[in-house]
Amino acid sequence: MAAKLEPLTSHPVGLKLSKEEILRYSRHLIMPEVGMEGQLKLKQAKVLLVGTGGLGAPLGLYLAAAGVGRLGLVDFDVVDFTNLQRQVTFATSDVGRPKLEAARERLAGLNPEIQIDTHETKLTSANALEILREYDIIVDGTDNFPTRYLVNDACVLLGKPNVYGSIFRFEGQATVFGYPDGPCYRCLYPEPPPPGLVPSCAEGGVLGVLPGIVGAIQAMETIKLILGRGDLLVGRLLLFDALAMRFRELKLRKNPACPACGDHRTITKLIDYEEFCGIRGEEAPAPAVQVPEITPRELKARLDRGEEIFILDVREPHEYQICNLRGHLIPLGELPRRAHELDSSREIVAHCRSGKRSAEAVEFLRKAGFRKIWNLKGGILAWADEVDPSLPKY
Amino acid sequence: MAVKVIIPTPLRPYAGKQESVEFDARTVGEALSRLTTRYEELRKHLYTDEGRIRSFVNVYLNDQDIRYLQKENTQIKDGDTISIVPSIAGGTRS
Repeated sequence: MAAKLEPLTSHPVGLKLSKEEILRYSRHLIMPEVGMEGQLKLKQAKVLLVGTGGLGAPLGLYLAAAGVGRLGLVDFDVVDFTNLQRQVTFATSDVGRPKLEAARERLAGLNPEIQIDTHETKLTSANALEILREYDIIVDGTDNFPTRYLVNDACVLLGKPNVYGSIFRFEGQATVFGYPDGPCYRCLYPEPPPPGLVPSCAEGGVLGVLPGIVGAIQAMETIKLILGRGDLLVGRLLLFDALAMRFRELKLRKNPACPACGDHRTITKLIDYEEFCGIRGEEAPAPAVQVPEITPRELKARLDRGEEIFILDVREPHEYQICNLRGHLIPLGELPRRAHELDSSREIVAHCRSGKRSAEAVEFLRKAGFRKIWNLKGGILAWADEVDPSLPKY
Repeated sequence: MAVKVIIPTPLRPYAGKQESVEFDARTVGEALSRLTTRYEELRKHLYTDEGRIRSFVNVYLNDQDIRYLQKENTQIKDGDTISIVPSIAGGTRS
């Protein structure tokens, strides 16, 4: 379904481009699809980017370069080394700086003609409506379910379009929600997955170019929304598989029974999204299972005393290649059929990257009759912090 | 009827790392049942304990959401494609 377009910003009266702006935007101005009228719409537009990371990088750069007059950024994070593989807004020298400070500098350097608002805060039910209200279009580049549901519900309540993009490893999704008569995020997914079923860090990761592509698609849709041109991704979910280099498109419908935008909506104000998503917060995820633990320092002391402790590494083979404690490798998923490789009469310490997967492994093996088994608290990351700083962290 | 089921990246670890699997089936429900019989671990990711398709997983026959067709009773034609599309949240920090 091609959405019928109604330009979001009215024809600007009295607004003009300076001589410098005319030169800067000349490749837009000579295109009939943009022209002076389109460029003035861009100049008048107010767009909010939620998240300035992987998706936010191409979004910020292209929307600033295109001359979107007012660009709001929401984030509360600090640039770290692992961001640089894909968050191309940031330089190596930005590591340790607040993302918003670094992004503002970069975008203002790219285009000093635009206004950049920074909202250095976590978007919450308490502040979302107030922050979003100021903008015409909201672009969702967040990385977690609570914020995605929050952004969706706030957009529906305020009647604002929500340009959606999401990525996982080498697969991306993009669409435009919250357009008049179009579906919203809850029409597609009424509820988030329970935390236990979200793929763990073993399956995580993302190919650095992928957010570049999906974020650029979101930027394109944002500009089309402003210009009122072309067929928007309204009612269409674009799926992108980077490995196969294949785009597919699925039809999205507005769900008449949708709790957020349906005929008998039940969501009339913002709720507690972390509770809704079954988590207490990103910073302090509840441990999945409670099992006996040993700290890296205790383990080191016992090994140094010459005690024979069997180290079981339940990570994936590609993680073992990054760094290891010379443990016996059995990925968590293979444990049920490979448990016979372990000797239950020996003392065993299981570890993974941060301790979550190995807790599951210990739980599983205890149920299988293993009694002398412990989980390495904090995983190999804690080992690197507390025992062996020469070990690379990932 | 021969139908291809496309497995999304997040669920591939539970489906023998396959990108897609082909089955003979008459309905979408039958194809999914064959899939979860072959890959037992996939079942809890696709279905609730009560046996309903989970609300963060959508199933499409070609480009149509089966919720708006005949759900799991939707008939399959030879050469159709079923897509399993779970919600993914990644973006900024992943």
